[in-house]
Amino acid sequence: MTQTATVVRHGPYSSFQVTTLVALRMLIGWHFCYEGIAKLLNPYWTSAGYLAGSQWFLKEELIDLAANATAVTVVDVLNEWGLVAIGLGLMLGALARPAAIAGVVLLSLYWIVAPPFAGVTYPMPAEGSYVLVNKVLVELAALLVVVAFPTSNVYGLDRFLTRTRNAKPAAHEAAAA
Amino acid sequence: MSDELKSDGAAKQPSPGGWSRISRRGLLQALVSVPVLGVFAYNILKKKALDDAKKEAILSELGVTESGPAVIPSAISRPPGRRIRLGIIGVGGEGESLLRHAGFAHPDWIRDARKALVEDPLDKQLEVYLNQEDLNVVFTGVCDLFDVRAERAVAASRVDVRPRGASANPPARRFRNYTEMLQSGEVDAVIVATPDHWHARICQDAAAAGIHVYCEKALTRTEEEAHAVYDAVKRSKIVFQLGHQNRQSESHNKAREIIAANILGPITLVEATTNRNSKWGAWVWDIHKDGNPSTIDWAQFEEPAPHKVPFSLERFFRWRCWYDYGTGLAGDLLSHEFDGVNQILQLGIPQSCVATGGVYHFTDGRDVPDVFQAAYEYPERKLSFVYSATLANGMDRGLQFMGHDATMKVGGTLSVTADGESTRFKKKLDEGVIDTSQPMFTYRPGFKGIDAVTSATMQYFASRGLLFTYRGGRRMSAYHLMLQEWLDVIRNGGETSCNIERAFEEAITCHMATKSYLEGRRVTWDPVRRRIV
Repeated sequence: MTQTATVVRHGPYSSFQVTTLVALRMLIGWHFCYEGIAKLLNPYWTSAGYLAGSQWFLKEELIDLAANATAVTVVDVLNEWGLVAIGLGLMLGALARPAAIAGVVLLSLYWIVAPPFAGVTYPMPAEGSYVLVNKVLVELAALLVVVAFPTSNVYGLDRFLTRTRNAKPAAHEAAAA
Repeated sequence: MSDELKSDGAAKQPSPGGWSRISRRGLLQALVSVPVLGVFAYNILKKKALDDAKKEAILSELGVTESGPAVIPSAISRPPGRRIRLGIIGVGGEGESLLRHAGFAHPDWIRDARKALVEDPLDKQLEVYLNQEDLNVVFTGVCDLFDVRAERAVAASRVDVRPRGASANPPARRFRNYTEMLQSGEVDAVIVATPDHWHARICQDAAAAGIHVYCEKALTRTEEEAHAVYDAVKRSKIVFQLGHQNRQSESHNKAREIIAANILGPITLVEATTNRNSKWGAWVWDIHKDGNPSTIDWAQFEEPAPHKVPFSLERFFRWRCWYDYGTGLAGDLLSHEFDGVNQILQLGIPQSCVATGGVYHFTDGRDVPDVFQAAYEYPERKLSFVYSATLANGMDRGLQFMGHDATMKVGGTLSVTADGESTRFKKKLDEGVIDTSQPMFTYRPGFKGIDAVTSATMQYFASRGLLFTYRGGRRMSAYHLMLQEWLDVIRNGGETSCNIERAFEEAITCHMATKSYLEGRRVTWDPVRRRIV
């Protein structure tokens, strides 16, 4: 079989590229959604311990935050529902780009609160920490890929949203046709 | 964006019609993730249903609830009626702490607590102090043999920063001798927080004078003294409380429920431990710079001690290191552990005891051991109670109740883990509903939102500061609750949770260990003659 016969192209992407990009977006969405729901279902969950254990430059502010019950409640609610919203956005491809950017911001905050520097330990157990790089950072980079290579305008509800927004098809779409 | 993904399934012709013109293939592409969401939702709901069913199965099997203990004897405190005039005898570290938990913190403490709060917003000591209930008491008498401490107590008695905005009181009168205080007619009740060698005489004299007593543990220094105090309190009508704050702990009360529900099966071994690894923990306490023969009444200090020695700052400030004034680990820490176990299992006095140990690490002239083991037998209950302690290692070994069906670990939190060979849980173990790799039941006092920081990071913060417990999710000082209960009973009648019966059991149990250690033999309790033999 010839090259042209096997590779179905979607604009600049091959089918394989599209499949992996969409899968990446959905899997990260799944993870976010699960994290949010797991926290919502656990009556004992709170971010206070994570915040209070901070060791970097925002330490003072974060400990202040953790000590304030109202602030902690607000942070908890924002975090729980934020995770669910970002997760749904990524999974369904609805407002996927803002969702991915919000996810990057959230993961950056997680990393800043507890960066895995050599010699620094935290009261909360950290999963997957490899000196500077941890799973949070890896997921953050993966989300940047999702931001850089959007797929939801075709494989996601954004297809409807972008069309509603732009009554006239975009120039490049018309050209492609 | 030139590299943006193109929709190969979109309408082939440019159309002004928006998404309603999307082809069927385009629609399928756009909705590609919906089945994924369906799988996600199905699995989440399935997991939740399984978790809930498992939890319900375990809880119904156990016959307990996850909520707080149903009945805490002292939980319902009546509004303080008449004002009670208190005296305090002995105002060292523990005495000053009790003053504070009664609502009278020394101004220096308040200053330090404010400073600590600025440095660490998680520091809750000031908040706990200011939020504790006003007990409607006034300190009218203070007695301490060291001038500095007596003056500090007087300053605390007139402090103007009081819980819940209570007003300041006139300063307490300082008495040079506790008998003067008892005879002054100015106190209704006394807190005894002296070294152990003074407890017996003060308690007996207070009981004879009809003055209620809150005595710090251990009850006495010797077995004979324990009998004397027991008889004196029994003859009187005073309300007696021994200061074992574990009596107020929610975990301990929950543990009683677990035992009542017979979740552990036959318990054959209870293991209590103390591990500390600091000079402070080994009673090498600070020697006050102003302590000297003119500020300390040494003659009065050593009056009831069996051996008289020349003035010694070390012995005055670090009295727990010598049998002349206390009983070391037995009276200080085994007493707490035993009372906790006695509270949970109602063991009473054991039949026998063998104790061993030695002065192995702190060879600083002390004569009480810093490594100490005591094994008690309760043949009628078919169990052994073992206490093991070292003051030169900090590993947390906890307090464990070992039954045929499960093991219960009691501390700030409480957990019950099934035993792999359990008869009672065999079916549930075989079904996989219960597994032995994690606790099947965990009780954590305190709730999110009300005391967010503590409930979330319980284990991290549990080692900091004082001993706290919870009431309806609110963090409270166990010392305060213990005092409150005593005052409630004085005003309204009833029974204190660590009354003279429990105090006597504590004292005899600890003295059995001391006697066994000192005499190098197994000792037994003669329940007829009521003597250690």
